[in-house]
Amino acid sequence: MPNITIDGQTLEVKEGDNILQACLNAGLDLPYFCWHPAMGSIGSCRQCALVQYQNPSDERGRIVMGCMTQVTDGARFSLDANNAVEFREAVVESLMLNHPHDCPVCAEGGECHLQDMTVMVGHRDRRYRGKKNTHRNQYLGPLIHHEMNRCITCYRCERFYRDYAGGTDLGAQASRDRLYFGRQQDGILESEFSGNLVEVCPTGVFTDKPFLADFSRKWDLQSAPSICGGCGVGCNIAPGERYGRLKRVHNRYHNDINGYFICDRGRFGNSYVNADQRIDYAGIQDADGRFTAVDQASAIDTAGVWLKSAKIGGIGSPRASLEANFLLQTWVGADQFSSGIADIERATVDRQLQILQSTRAINPSIKQMELADAVLILGEDLTHTAARVALALRQAVRNKSLAMAKQMGLPSWQDAAVRNLAQDALSPLFVVTSYTSRLDDIAQRTVTLAPDEIAEFGRQLAARLQGEPAQSPLIEELASSLAAAERPLIISGSSMLQSNIIDAGAAIAEALCLDNPQTMLSLTAPESNTVGAAMLAHANNLSLEGMVERAVELDVLVILENDLTRRLDAVSMQKLVDSGTKIIALDVIENATVEHANMVLPAASFAESQGTLINHEGRAQRFFPVFPPAEQRLPSWQWLLQLAALSGNSQLAALTQFDQVVDACAASQPAFAHLNEVAPDRRFRDRGQKIPRQTHRYSGRTAINAGVSVHEPQQPVDHETPLAFSMEGLNRDQPSTLIPFVWSPGWNSNHALQKFQAEVDGPLKGGHSGVHVLVSSANGIDHPGAAVGNAPTDLWQLVPVHRLHGSEELSARSDEIAELAGDAFIALNAETAGQLEVAEGDRLKVIANGDSVSLAVKIVDRMAVGCAGYSYGYAATRGLIAGAGADLQRDTDWRPPQPSLIATDRQSMAVDRGSPHV
Amino acid sequence: MTQQPIQTDLNSVLSHEEIHAIDAELSHVPYKSGAAIDALKIVQERRGWVSDDCLMAIARHLDMSAEQMEGIATFYNLIYRRPVGEKVILFCDSVSCWICDCDGIKAKISQYLQIDYGETTTDNRYTLLPVPCLGACDRAPVMMVGDELITDLDDARIELLFGTHNEARTD
Repeated sequence: MPNITIDGQTLEVKEGDNILQACLNAGLDLPYFCWHPAMGSIGSCRQCALVQYQNPSDERGRIVMGCMTQVTDGARFSLDANNAVEFREAVVESLMLNHPHDCPVCAEGGECHLQDMTVMVGHRDRRYRGKKNTHRNQYLGPLIHHEMNRCITCYRCERFYRDYAGGTDLGAQASRDRLYFGRQQDGILESEFSGNLVEVCPTGVFTDKPFLADFSRKWDLQSAPSICGGCGVGCNIAPGERYGRLKRVHNRYHNDINGYFICDRGRFGNSYVNADQRIDYAGIQDADGRFTAVDQASAIDTAGVWLKSAKIGGIGSPRASLEANFLLQTWVGADQFSSGIADIERATVDRQLQILQSTRAINPSIKQMELADAVLILGEDLTHTAARVALALRQAVRNKSLAMAKQMGLPSWQDAAVRNLAQDALSPLFVVTSYTSRLDDIAQRTVTLAPDEIAEFGRQLAARLQGEPAQSPLIEELASSLAAAERPLIISGSSMLQSNIIDAGAAIAEALCLDNPQTMLSLTAPESNTVGAAMLAHANNLSLEGMVERAVELDVLVILENDLTRRLDAVSMQKLVDSGTKIIALDVIENATVEHANMVLPAASFAESQGTLINHEGRAQRFFPVFPPAEQRLPSWQWLLQLAALSGNSQLAALTQFDQVVDACAASQPAFAHLNEVAPDRRFRDRGQKIPRQTHRYSGRTAINAGVSVHEPQQPVDHETPLAFSMEGLNRDQPSTLIPFVWSPGWNSNHALQKFQAEVDGPLKGGHSGVHVLVSSANGIDHPGAAVGNAPTDLWQLVPVHRLHGSEELSARSDEIAELAGDAFIALNAETAGQLEVAEGDRLKVIANGDSVSLAVKIVDRMAVGCAGYSYGYAATRGLIAGAGADLQRDTDWRPPQPSLIATDRQSMAVDRGSPHV
Repeated sequence: MTQQPIQTDLNSVLSHEEIHAIDAELSHVPYKSGAAIDALKIVQERRGWVSDDCLMAIARHLDMSAEQMEGIATFYNLIYRRPVGEKVILFCDSVSCWICDCDGIKAKISQYLQIDYGETTTDNRYTLLPVPCLGACDRAPVMMVGDELITDLDDARIELLFGTHNEARTD
């Protein structure tokens, strides 16, 4: 490791790093703008200037840019040299010529990197008295607010949006002091990762639009470490709250998972927590179908009567915490319990679990996936089913350019140079799907096949890798590419609801493993705790469909955070309702299942409760309450403990605290043995205190409720977690699972993160977070059973098309996501559309299983022959089943409904909800 | 820039001749985007300027996004994204010309043509733009009118060139 000297201090630094990284690693505050740990250096902002000396006798030195200068052994630098200090201040002063003094009305104020850097360089007095540049701002959609006057032209937005995330519709325009970052014309940003601009922009050009409309300063937010519930990836998030409202979600760094970036579903899909449709009170349904609101005590009294010596069944949920699912199953008994996943999905999920428990391949984290040098995707449009993985693959395909750079002796952080060298050279990525995927633009080859054909294609590829002759030149191309790779990655998943595709993916990985132990196999999971629910499953469990049959024998059926109408067809749902069993539904927000319940109990959302979620790689992670639940709401695990006690259950009687529930769950099966290591328990103290959720500058704590009462209430006490609803305590040096927000003296923006990292872009000082509960025996997978295929028919085969905005239940209840989700659609290729004589936007009647639904036509580039895609998870397509045959007919009777929902149109929301989720 | 998305049908926007010329340039570059500047120049040469429709048609032809193409088009001062007159006057206001009183000469031009920098005469004949250097400092002050470099400017030359402009317009 080279040694360098900075202002007389000798530092041992990492070989190959640049001086900026070395300074930050040494804890020295060298200001910067355009450099980003995940995006490297381009040397455009000139802010990280310091002096480098040629030799021991050089006393003048010369100004160099820290981010563009590689460390060399014996090199001598100065941060404090007068000309370096003056230079850095001059850079900020020049940026300030055009930067408006609008911090008080800017959403970035208080967490602005530009503010921090301005203070850091000591620039105070503006000498410029002339006019400032003004720009026209653009409408960029419901998520991002544009305020171009604030731009300091660091190019980070374009570099993230285009270079890192593969977006094409945002770029630099014009030149000199007219430089402009935006779209060619007003319009909704197309990238599924546009929200990261909020954090990537060092100042307030791109800000969080919904947050802006319901704004609080960062220092006034109460935050907690949380896990995104948007999909099975389990990105770490830091939601912020004030006045009992979830204000915004920021990325929370996890070295192995999301790094610095999350998708727009994760960032903007949580405002359902504040929705009017949230359940505030317990409700009991009258004979005439109306709900009467009752308080907790009355609800418990009534439930007590129902539950006394009753036969009770329970339906869990893949979006509820592991603990809540565990409690319900333990209470009602495994043979009266269903995981709440419909059979068609359960088959794939169970198979997925078996594979991950036995495969020889590595089950990679996202960080590992980024290192793959050849990738095969089977059946997944990852940007819509596991968005963060798709973003990682956009980095993985750059491994070829990094290899080229290495050959030239070019460090990987020399971003512009590396990209210039590589041009469009990419590592091989193969996409084998039934329809257009958002990664097609970086694919070496796309293959369009019907779901069963994907499975067959995969089987043939696996056979070729095991030594059989290739069935086609295409198979040969893929096989030789994957076999030649050092770290091949196979990705499949359950989005097509066909386990034979997963089997095919696993077979390919197994075949590659024979020669290459570095082979990786990753399987996506549809919901935040699908893997957890599958791991809890017991052989005696009922299927969801089985529970419908069983319901007549039950007195009470408890449904945990699960809208069954999304999983069961209308006939089965009606059968369940008609069974006569009393339904107690716990949920966070009104939905079609809750409407059928005899009693509804208001459950706390993820932002008001704690729990464990197991992500697609089998990593258990804990989310913590950001704020206490409103008065009548309780976390599901607390409701369930109370209900279990009422029914006279003795097994759970000893449990009162969350940590005890975790311990009980940990004891329930060997795989969960380390569950209590997922995060520190409630007794954790740092220097005698809990970790504060509030910043030390949190304002108005005693005055917030003065409009209601001038008596100062006691701060809520958190008895269940290591965190406090308070500003007392230290947010520093704690375990990584307990970082509610990042802040460090002088670093108010999210760049304070580097003070929490052990090294720049490295792991957090607080160590790893999350526990792998899914460990493979590495014995190899069993031979898959006969592939379950769909019988050939004359009809169109329906394939589920997933949408980041619209397919997931809860995020689709957030106004902005609902707006972006748009109408339900039927996706066809141009040829099929021509055959059916329809154009984009026309309506088609989709007739399947005796039902008919009218959907808007969407023309896509790729759709397998004989297939038609339906927007999965939308209310209008709920009756459609993946793989089913459908007849498609032009719908000439259809008339447009009322104006569709837009985020700002509160009135129309109140009158009629034309959104995809009702 | 317009508010509404513009539907561009490549064939109806660019002429066959333009597409042919662009394709000729494409044959010289390893990446399609490498021909972006030439493509913009080809279109501008024939139409005087590059409209939104043309910009998008070119972008599509080169497999680029409208944003990327706009970035290139707006980076270069001599790609016109707004209509210009039949002839563009590129008037040098850089140091050599300035020493030789280009300011006075520019005032004369403005007086005759009734336009300032960035403006086009009402008869659409001239657009006046400043330019930092035309590489003819030894003959300063200089300007270009259309493709023609005019050197050693003085009031007499300006009068000769533009003195009858207003009369011509009223004819």
